[in-house]
Amino acid sequence: MINYISIHWISHYNYWAAIVIAMVGLYMIIGHNNLIKKVAGLNILQTAVFLMYISMGVITDGTAPIAAETFTIYSNPLPQVLMLTAIVVGVATTAMAFALIVRIKETCNTVDEDELLEREGHQNGNVEEW
Amino acid sequence: MIDIIIDMVLLLFLTVMAFTILRLRDLLSMAMILGLYSLLMAGLFMVMDAPDVAFTEAAVGSGVATILMLVTLTLTRIRYEKKAAGLQWRPLIIVLLTGAALLYGIHDIPPVGDIEAPAQQHVADRYIAEARNETGVPNMVTAVLASYRGFDTLGEVVVIFTAGIGVMLLLGNGTRRYRG
Amino acid sequence: MKDNIILRIVAKLLIPLVILFALYVQFHGDYSPGGGFQAGVIFSSALILYRLIFGLQAGNEVIPRPILKLLASLGVLLYAGTGVVTMLMGGEFLDYSVLADTPIHGQHTGIILVELGVGFTVSATMLLIFDAFAGRPLATQNTTTGKRDD
Repeated sequence: MINYISIHWISHYNYWAAIVIAMVGLYMIIGHNNLIKKVAGLNILQTAVFLMYISMGVITDGTAPIAAETFTIYSNPLPQVLMLTAIVVGVATTAMAFALIVRIKETCNTVDEDELLEREGHQNGNVEEW
Repeated sequence: MIDIIIDMVLLLFLTVMAFTILRLRDLLSMAMILGLYSLLMAGLFMVMDAPDVAFTEAAVGSGVATILMLVTLTLTRIRYEKKAAGLQWRPLIIVLLTGAALLYGIHDIPPVGDIEAPAQQHVADRYIAEARNETGVPNMVTAVLASYRGFDTLGEVVVIFTAGIGVMLLLGNGTRRYRG
Repeated sequence: MKDNIILRIVAKLLIPLVILFALYVQFHGDYSPGGGFQAGVIFSSALILYRLIFGLQAGNEVIPRPILKLLASLGVLLYAGTGVVTMLMGGEFLDYSVLADTPIHGQHTGIILVELGVGFTVSATMLLIFDAFAGRPLATQNTTTGKRDD
């Protein structure tokens, strides 16, 4: 097992790093109370997915997918297209999330999830301390 | 070889920065490091032969997203995360389980850079071979984005448009003047 | 920040170059990395820089908000309209081959039109989003969350 992991890591280090970053992002989303921090975690989780997809399109000794006479091996353009649009859509959704946070702050005067849940009337022991 | 070294160094930096963002309670510093993180990620995409994605990540991730986060911090007047977030074991267990599932998921996918991988076989080959002859555009990413998958991109544009409308609905579209 | 001479001069130097670069990325995106998404974001970042330095009011005078809204919708319309035009000319939705005399020319024309639509929508939407945030009044209630409580 240890042997397998040590060999697997060398050829797949991109995926391993993407998974570690995705775990950090996920922890930020579910483990933190501050809504702004949650959105930052969402961004990190998103970039981990980008990293994973782009890694799948890489070809050893390939070049960027722009046709030229002297090159024959190109990396895969399809994951790049998917991620390009995902980045721009990601910032649009981030803007939406921030707009909601600004409104929540104006209405409830807090961006802390615990305090928001308390305001909602869950204070009678229903809220466990997550 | 130099590619692999740059790759590994950047990935190490990115991982360290992700943990820094996780631990920072000062949200202004967090926004700044998040912008730097996006810039490093753009550099990594550049090394991985994806200039278009690198371009977008540099402009969007470290430009517009950082600006939006700074504006939000200004509007909400929040500088620090309230509670010192100790290690909470329930989220940690969920995260570790997810990580384990993902690791199990990658255990048999082909190594990075493998030209025989299934992801390089089906439609990608055709794009690379025919995109220039069929569309007259040397940049295959543009060709796939605008022509082969034009309908997808139409959807993305509509999503962005809708997000703009949503933000204007939530925050007012500026017809009322709040500031004197 | 209008009074800071360094910021003002540097911004006046930078903004035209950034806009020029955005146009290059937009129209050279077929041959080099780039395209509508990137160009739109770069263009909007130039105008956001202008707003940051000269104020929201001055920024709104450069491109009035109704025109921005028009541009954002126009981009989607241009994109979808290209598809409808190809349908009217006998092809399928977004099949650009029928737009010109040869399929390759048609594809190229279609790609440029569509990327232009993407550029319009992305740049105008990013500016509108920034304006919506920046035009919002600051939270007036006095809060304690601004301080570190440990």
